[in-house]
Amino acid sequence: MASADSETGRGTPEAIPQAVKIIVAGGFGAGKTTLVASVSEITPLSTEEVMTEASYGVDDLGGVESKSTTTVALDFGRITINDDIVLYLFGTPGQDRFWFMWDELAAGALGAVVLADTRRLDTCFHAVDFFERQGLPFVVAVNRFDGSEPYEAAEVREALDIPAAVPVVMADARDRDSCRDVLVELVTHVIRSRSPAMTG
Amino acid sequence: MNPWDRPGTAWAGAAEAAGGAAREHPAPFRRRGGGHPSSEGPAAGLARGDGPSEPLVRPYTLTRGRTRPRSAGPALDMITIVVAAGDREEHHLEPEYKEILRLCHRPISVAEVSARLDMPLTVVKVLLGDLVAEGDVRTRAAVPVTRLPEKKVLQAVLDGIRRL
Ligand SMILES: Nc1nc2c(ncn2[C@@H]2O[C@H](COP(=O)(O)OP(=O)(O)O)[C@@H](O)[C@H]2O)c(=O)[nH]1
Ligand SMILES: [Mg+2]
Repeated sequence: MASADSETGRGTPEAIPQAVKIIVAGGFGAGKTTLVASVSEITPLSTEEVMTEASYGVDDLGGVESKSTTTVALDFGRITINDDIVLYLFGTPGQDRFWFMWDELAAGALGAVVLADTRRLDTCFHAVDFFERQGLPFVVAVNRFDGSEPYEAAEVREALDIPAAVPVVMADARDRDSCRDVLVELVTHVIRSRSPAMTG
Repeated sequence: MNPWDRPGTAWAGAAEAAGGAAREHPAPFRRRGGGHPSSEGPAAGLARGDGPSEPLVRPYTLTRGRTRPRSAGPALDMITIVVAAGDREEHHLEPEYKEILRLCHRPISVAEVSARLDMPLTVVKVLLGDLVAEGDVRTRAAVPVTRLPEKKVLQAVLDGIRRL
């Protein structure tokens, strides 16, 4: 135990790292979990959020067990940036009935990757809409599936009506280098969009 | 050893993959901006949730029905990093708290505690909140979610990702 203590500096508040997160959104089967797994230092983990109608403004659920409850699984991975910063990548639940999770996922996020699935581009419409509305910086990564239309980035940009300032890049979620490039593109975009002087 | 280097537990994504394969719908070309939640079709949500199903209310029995910690403390986000306070005397704790404390011997996020103990986030937040209130667990002073990440944090993240 003693060595673990000194390693993490347990007991000194400064030693607790700061966590940041990036959201990976896109339709069902677009490659979100694959992307997370490609860059994560751990096998993606799955956590579950339980939402209960009664959890809003009610302190005690003891007697309300019949209230409707929804469970949503989120998968995530982790990248240790340095001793002080750890980055989490969260895949969005791909289903509409889990839309309620998006606000919590997006809160405080650095930015988002929207994975566009070339077999069904429309499945990422609402992710794009959501991040635009939230003002959360995002990039679109076009995940090309075998046998699908050989879209070019420009065509996807047009089809999804993506503003010129938002990067649209080609990607392969199974390829670590490709995923790294997508994340570099995103964080660069985030930094750029935070410093208007540099873009103007 | 890197304090974050702990073997991951296996992740089972098979259910979702199977569900995805079954959904072969042609993509009619729509303009986006149609809003949610109906834009992907109501059937989209049905693939999940048929895993080993336990009564959904079970989690709250762990917290005796509470949806909030016993006393108000810092709000716990899913990426709040928590760590066991090093200077605590041994004292009696119920098993679920002990399990959480064991995981917190090194800094760990709320989401990871939830995933590794297979306990819903909601419940983990309540129990961790109790431990924080008792002084058994410490968190990093929360950065308000409304505040944008600092430039130097972004730069460090960029540098870190480039090294991948
Ligand atoms: N051809 C191809 N297949 C991919 C790619 N990314 C993911 N897949 C496959 O698509 C399936 C669904 O991916 P998954 O990551 O589970 O999608 P999610 O629902 O968005 O998390 C898996 O079988 C992946 O192996 C890609 O870039 N190219
Ligand atoms: Mg997935």
